[in-house]
Amino acid sequence: MSEVTFREDRCKGCQLCTTACPKKIIVMASSINEMGYHVATVTEQEKCTGCGLCAIMCPDMVIEVERGREN
Amino acid sequence: MKKITARPYSLRDVPFHYCPGCMHGIAHRLVAEAIDELGVNGRTIGISSVGCSVLAKDYFNVDMIQAAHGRAPAVATGVKRVLPDRVLFTYQGDGDLAAIGIGDFIHTAARGEKITTIFVNNTVYGMTGGQMAPTTLIGQVTKTTPFGRSVEINGNPIGVCELIAPVEGVAYVERVSLHNPKEIIKAKKAIRKAFEMQLNGVGFSLVEALSACPTNLGLSPLEAIKWMEEKMIPFYPLGVYKSPAGVV
Amino acid sequence: MKGNDAIGEGAILAGCRHFFGYPITPQSEVTHYLAKRLPEVGGLFMQAESELASINLVFGAASAGARVMTASSSPGVSLMQEGLSFLAGSELPCVLVNIMRGGPGLGNIGPSQADYFQSTRGGGHGDYYTIVLAPNSVQEILDLMKKAFDLSDKYRMTAMVLADGIMGQMMEPVVIDEEKSVEIPPRPWATIGRDYHEDRNVINSLYIVLEEMEEVNLRLLHKYEEIRAKETLCEEYMLDDAEVALVAFGTVSRICRAVVDKARDQGIRAGLIRPITLWPFPYDVISRAAKSVQCFLAVEMNMGQMFEDVEIGAKGRVPVYHYGRLGGMVPLAKDILEELKKVSERGGTGR
Repeated sequence: MSEVTFREDRCKGCQLCTTACPKKIIVMASSINEMGYHVATVTEQEKCTGCGLCAIMCPDMVIEVERGREN
Repeated sequence: MKKITARPYSLRDVPFHYCPGCMHGIAHRLVAEAIDELGVNGRTIGISSVGCSVLAKDYFNVDMIQAAHGRAPAVATGVKRVLPDRVLFTYQGDGDLAAIGIGDFIHTAARGEKITTIFVNNTVYGMTGGQMAPTTLIGQVTKTTPFGRSVEINGNPIGVCELIAPVEGVAYVERVSLHNPKEIIKAKKAIRKAFEMQLNGVGFSLVEALSACPTNLGLSPLEAIKWMEEKMIPFYPLGVYKSPAGVV
Repeated sequence: MKGNDAIGEGAILAGCRHFFGYPITPQSEVTHYLAKRLPEVGGLFMQAESELASINLVFGAASAGARVMTASSSPGVSLMQEGLSFLAGSELPCVLVNIMRGGPGLGNIGPSQADYFQSTRGGGHGDYYTIVLAPNSVQEILDLMKKAFDLSDKYRMTAMVLADGIMGQMMEPVVIDEEKSVEIPPRPWATIGRDYHEDRNVINSLYIVLEEMEEVNLRLLHKYEEIRAKETLCEEYMLDDAEVALVAFGTVSRICRAVVDKARDQGIRAGLIRPITLWPFPYDVISRAAKSVQCFLAVEMNMGQMFEDVEIGAKGRVPVYHYGRLGGMVPLAKDILEELKKVSERGGTGR
């Protein structure tokens, strides 16, 4: 399994990462951060392949990806 | 588990001031990664311009100079002529490079200065609040073209790559886009290549990165991506316009 | 040596090895001289595509730590004003030579002193000053070029050498002191790459936070106050017992010196105050003289620009008159003498 983590305080809720994810597992959370943005989050972490495309797309370096061995 | 993401050393760990969905942050990261990969952090000097990216001086973890509007290529040349072994890049938007600074840009290119220009084209003035840029598309609505850009009143958009590629002294010109991961990966390669041209002393290098300004287009970031695909990229075709092999 | 050549040679003697400029009459000979001479000493002469580019090439070279200069003439210097403001805001040292010509507009190439206001009041936007040196001989051009570089380095700001076409074309013998070694102060602030200094260096004039901008403004103000106190230069001639003090700089000061001699021959006790630094202006010398003279006569090749500084210095104690020739015309000694006689018999103030 791979893991995606979000540096929520830096997220501006632009949603660009949601378009980048081939598994479509990134969604916008209902919670908001200090800047008032809905932050990006992952619903089904187990489906993540650790491809890192979300991090490539993120303009604010919010996303950290750790790729599991099986991927 | 293997961490596959990391903040490049050449990018300081401070939040960007850019609007949600603005792609300057992506372009900054790619430039910083290229500087890291080429191992030139300690001898790189960046020139930030006037416009939204004026604060690039605060983001890149290299020595930085903040230049007057349109003058980044002249300032970069001044540094390079004093310190020829340093790595110089200018980071300019469409207003800075293609309107007020087009003279400096063309002459710097024609002199074949060994500097690299990162040109971010989002077809609109951001910092001043959404006015027409030299790259605004025909028909595009901006604050100063409320009825859409008209050729009769406002003239034609300028294709910067098309303009500069035939000029002698120019080593490398590529237009890339930042609207999806595939294109971003290509953009990264282009930026690295542009720096390599400088390091190898071949000549002036330019990477034009198409980008979206959701705020001033009046679109959501996702709509802005669609707009780029449907309107912008057809008008500004992606690809290599000049390499040492010649004009493409 | 010719005046324009002395500008070039003075720069080289001062250790300047980088020149960026654009041709304009009557300054062009400076570029001709340096285009040949700089490569001989391992330096770089580069012709830019405009004065706009020139001053920004200077900005870059100064950021990189070079002793660097440009030269131009009035319309070209107008084009450079934004750059000069940025240089002031970024606290970068450089030297600018302005060989003034008749104006406004394209004007003509005749000698003029009409850029006095522009030179001494900052010229570009924002709260700043430029050090302005006004030589009146070829030897002094040579010496003040060195001084300009030293002052610009000491205070991290632009120093301007202000002259006109007569000074540029003047041929006079000079003594070159080649023994003097040039000491260029270290530049720990220069943007030369992080490998070459400890912290990240940033050359910048953008301060979005208002308090930070005011802090910078105050730092500049303190610098300017120090310069006013320490660097003001002025020559006095026959001033001790003078009843009328002529005030003139550059080309005109040479004529005025002859006028003082002639006036004294005719029994008029005239003297001359010659500001060498136009900014900072020698207000103290004027104020002191205002206690002993009956009036001042500012003689300039303009409508009365330095005249206003003389008025400030005189503080209303005695009348200040102005005599000027305009449009590239040079005041003649006999006409100045005539004016001198008139004002020495007249009260009030006027031009």
